[in-house]
Amino acid sequence: MDLMTEITIFVLAAFVGFEVISKVPTTLHTPLMSQTNAIHGIVVLGGFIVLGYADDTLEKTIGFIAVAFGTINVVGGFMVTDRMLGMFVRKPKPAAIEESRSEPLGDASASPESSAEEGER
Amino acid sequence: MTTFAALAPDSDLVRGLYIVAFVLFIVGVRQGTHPTTAKRGNLLAAVGMAVAVATTLALDGIGNWELIIAAIVVGTAVGAVASIRVQMTAMPQMVALYNGVGGGAVALIAWSEFREELHLIDDGTIAEIPLEIFVPVLFAMVVGSVSFWGSLIAFGKLQDLIPTQPVKVPGQQLINAVLLVGIVAACIYLGINNDDPDQGIFIAVLIAAAILGNLVVLPIGGADMPVVISLLNAFTGLSAAAAGFSLDNVALIVAGTLVGSSGTILTMEMATAMNRSVANILFAGFGGAPAGGAAAGGEERPHRSIGAQDAAISLAYADSVVIVPGYGLAVAQAQHAVKEMADELEKRGVTVNYAIHPVAGRMPGHMNVLLAEADVPYDKLREMDEINPEMPRTDVAVVIGANDVTNPAAKNDPDSPIAGMPIIEVNEAQQVIVIKRSLSPGFAGIDNDLFYEDNTSMLFSDAKAAAQEIAGEVEDL
Repeated sequence: MDLMTEITIFVLAAFVGFEVISKVPTTLHTPLMSQTNAIHGIVVLGGFIVLGYADDTLEKTIGFIAVAFGTINVVGGFMVTDRMLGMFVRKPKPAAIEESRSEPLGDASASPESSAEEGER
Repeated sequence: MTTFAALAPDSDLVRGLYIVAFVLFIVGVRQGTHPTTAKRGNLLAAVGMAVAVATTLALDGIGNWELIIAAIVVGTAVGAVASIRVQMTAMPQMVALYNGVGGGAVALIAWSEFREELHLIDDGTIAEIPLEIFVPVLFAMVVGSVSFWGSLIAFGKLQDLIPTQPVKVPGQQLINAVLLVGIVAACIYLGINNDDPDQGIFIAVLIAAAILGNLVVLPIGGADMPVVISLLNAFTGLSAAAAGFSLDNVALIVAGTLVGSSGTILTMEMATAMNRSVANILFAGFGGAPAGGAAAGGEERPHRSIGAQDAAISLAYADSVVIVPGYGLAVAQAQHAVKEMADELEKRGVTVNYAIHPVAGRMPGHMNVLLAEADVPYDKLREMDEINPEMPRTDVAVVIGANDVTNPAAKNDPDSPIAGMPIIEVNEAQQVIVIKRSLSPGFAGIDNDLFYEDNTSMLFSDAKAAAQEIAGEVEDL
């Protein structure tokens, strides 16, 4: 691909990046940082190319480390983001309520409340 | 071992698959900006990565399969085990580490590309390294190296391996500036002599960039580190894009640039949320112990302010919430709005209780009366002595119009005018949201240390308006 085409792609991609992020709730700052972090793990592709075409030992060593690093970046990045976002999964309703209340906290108040809630629904 | 499917790097199929990959990246990041879609967005981006990886591995002429597979196995094992084992509280340093290895990979790829080009010169295949390859190689190498070392320092600081306080070296800024100028000059020198570039100088630049990465991050305090990691994340993205230019790989260019620009915006948003500017964080170097010097006088102390939407997200995804009402709630006549907010939360399965300080408001029982008027069940109004032991197990404490009765100085500072006064220990909760019109002191006329704690967010608003807004946002989630 010629240089100008690549530069065109670069400029357009930069604007997409600017536009795609707007008014992110602070709660999501860290997960989103982590997710974009995983995406730049795309360098592992460069590692494949280096290692895939390497012929001397130093080349192979450099390529090996690059692929291992890139893979850590990708796999760890996506997995850790997924764990962080686990807290945004909707809770199963009544059962979970009973369970969380079975802590010493609200034993006395548990039953009337949850039945009242069920009535509302 | 032979390749199982050989695709020409320039074929339409490869380009098409790369397009599929980066569309998934873009949609994934977009969905990552909203709480209900974020998890799916992350999954989409991961699928995009799988497509890009599979496509590249199928490229014509890729060899050394045993090494590639071994490196993938090692990387997957390390990445997976680390991300499963890490404590939720240690997430930021984990991200720093992953970012660092990404930057390291870029620097290594750039070095290898440089060696490749040197071979071609030795062979007589080319007379000089084309600048359209050499410039991105140099950029990727320098920025990747800065990112690698900077991230390691950030990791070390957050993990308490090195002192989290800002480390100050005299003439720090000058040393950094000299290093930067030296790196740029050496790169220009290499570029001019692109028919016979000296590998020694190349490696010297690599080392100088490593030192620069260390020196830039060392003076920054632990509190500002998430912003720094985000910035380094954007850097790594840009360096990956540069590597894409040198390798002629459009997937790297698009994905790297996307991370570079979205990461820059995200960094600025994070800094704004902390009431700091990026330049201030990078060059002022006081983020480590902001409370120390400023506590004495009437100077402004750093605090975090959030909007109703953020508050709604924190509350809606919590398991247990404790509302701490005070005089401000009474003044704003916010009891009905607060009850509505609590109802919205309970519909989602959140446990909501109210912590009533004996002197909350202006008279004993003030809060009980108000809240009873709004039909808050009596058994949800918990007394101070009863609720305090439960605070550490509370996800979010919401302080609405209360001030002195939550001031940790009463317990921690024997010289405080309110020393010894019993308080609702909201600072023990995982997270505290204070709804208040300003940072101004309460009845006792003293500053409230609570407002400046790390786990406290301020929502500056009228109690009633804030509760209504939060209730609306929770309903929309």
